[in-house]
Amino acid sequence: METIVQNIQGVPLNHYILFCSVIFTIGVIGVLIRRNVIIIMMSVELMLNSVNLLLAAFSAYSGDSAGQVFVFFVMALAAAEVAVGLAIIVMVYRNTRSVDINALNRLRW
Amino acid sequence: MSAIITLSLLAILVLYLGLFNAKKALLPISLLGLGATLVLYLIEWGKDAEPLYSGMVLFDHFAVAFSVLCVFVTVLIFLLSKDYFDKASTHVAEYYALIMFSLTGALLVVSFHNLAMLFIGIEIMSVALYILAGIRKRDFASNEAALKYFLMGAFSTGFLLFGIALLYGASGSFDLAEIKNYVVNNPQTVSPLFYAGILLLIVGLAFKVGAAPFHFWTPDVYDGAPILITTFMSTVVKAAAFAGFLRLFYFCFVPLQDFWMPVLLVMTIITLFVGNITAIVQQSFKRMLAYSSISHAGYMLFAIIAIGPASAGSVLVYAGAYSLASVVAFGSLIVVKRATGSDHFEAFNGLAKKNPYLSLALTVAMLSLAGIPLTAGFIGKFMMFSGVLADYQVLLVVLAAINAAMGIFYYFRVIVAMYFKPIDRDQIVLTGQYKTVLLLAVLITLALGVYPACVAGLV
Repeated sequence: METIVQNIQGVPLNHYILFCSVIFTIGVIGVLIRRNVIIIMMSVELMLNSVNLLLAAFSAYSGDSAGQVFVFFVMALAAAEVAVGLAIIVMVYRNTRSVDINALNRLRW
Repeated sequence: MSAIITLSLLAILVLYLGLFNAKKALLPISLLGLGATLVLYLIEWGKDAEPLYSGMVLFDHFAVAFSVLCVFVTVLIFLLSKDYFDKASTHVAEYYALIMFSLTGALLVVSFHNLAMLFIGIEIMSVALYILAGIRKRDFASNEAALKYFLMGAFSTGFLLFGIALLYGASGSFDLAEIKNYVVNNPQTVSPLFYAGILLLIVGLAFKVGAAPFHFWTPDVYDGAPILITTFMSTVVKAAAFAGFLRLFYFCFVPLQDFWMPVLLVMTIITLFVGNITAIVQQSFKRMLAYSSISHAGYMLFAIIAIGPASAGSVLVYAGAYSLASVVAFGSLIVVKRATGSDHFEAFNGLAKKNPYLSLALTVAMLSLAGIPLTAGFIGKFMMFSGVLADYQVLLVVLAAINAAMGIFYYFRVIVAMYFKPIDRDQIVLTGQYKTVLLLAVLITLALGVYPACVAGLV
């Protein structure tokens, strides 16, 4: 465990913050511009995982374990969310034969 | 805490009852369990509030009052559900169990004392709702509502989490008390990460409460979901999300008010105008209520702009008034839609002649939503407006008054349709439970409108 913390601390904290912000932004842009529901879900996962990395980095730097415990909560709840989300996508696919967001715009204004 | 444990166990029990085909027992047992939850909360009221489980939750008066509101509104919704769910699907137990799981999440959101609990509560509340929104598997609108809600919910969770991570990085803790200490002890040297964290939290929470410019999922989801689920979303979930929003800001961020208040001010003004202007042009009553829920989110944001000891009371009164009026409005919509097959304003034509009491109840609800004196909605609006006036936000109050006038226009369309557009129609027969719910909601609305101090002074 000690060596892991030392390894994490081998990289300056600012680099983690920048790196995670970039991954998070890629995720946000992916959600906004992609039309395929599966890819949108992958982008959301990217956002959540950048948060996980950031939490682990902060936690290692401050010597406080709460951040790493929080990562487990995020993982568990993200898994629950994906399980429900995939079920919803399967349900939509059965009705529309498509996983494209544009197929679903009956409700507008 | 025993109340939340009771409720979670109750939801699992109801799932098993569904497995063993005990359909008749579902509603009585659910109501009994919710009653027990209410009693446990009332016992909690008298105790000294201390953070439990290493500071994870705190059942102070704020938490207990909002929890009681959420549980009570859920009881009303369950009473309306008697023959609604039976007609919608054969798996009735899932409806009750999922609503109770969602309610459990809402109760965690109103009583969190650690950002981990805020996140877990919001997720429990939302994941159950994703399923509920899409529970009509063959219905396209319901499918679309579920998918949109899921994508937007997961997206906003990402923002919320990034905000939480940045707050943790700056302050070194998830505990509300320690974050507050950090802000109070370093007023000049608060890390830039902390400010970015506040902004991301605002984005994440604004998605959840449906405030503009993050409101665009609200009308589609509210319109596509089954009516009773929409009722649950626009009452319990909205009240809980606002309570969580207010709790976080009131506990931690008051010293930094100069930084985040202008952001919320702009969001509030946009929310009010977007909600009200689009509500005016709607032809469907259900969609009008969806847009009006956006505008009510705008009014409730007033309490966070004028944050102070009085905010909790005014949000409680406003959320209570809005929830009760919404239950009446959606309940009437269910029976009218069942009779006419349409949820447009025309479906209400001439209702007053055949169903005078139903029309009266709906009229009171609309007056309360529009904020006419002697109803609870007026008191809610009054408390919100006087709160921001004390903060010298005169411009905001003027704009809000314009919006309140717009609100009167579209709420009165229903009343006009019911009383002044006589056509021949059949009388709608109401069951005993409907009558109870409508009577209870209308009586509380009027009682709050005449004597508001009984609730406003609680928190």
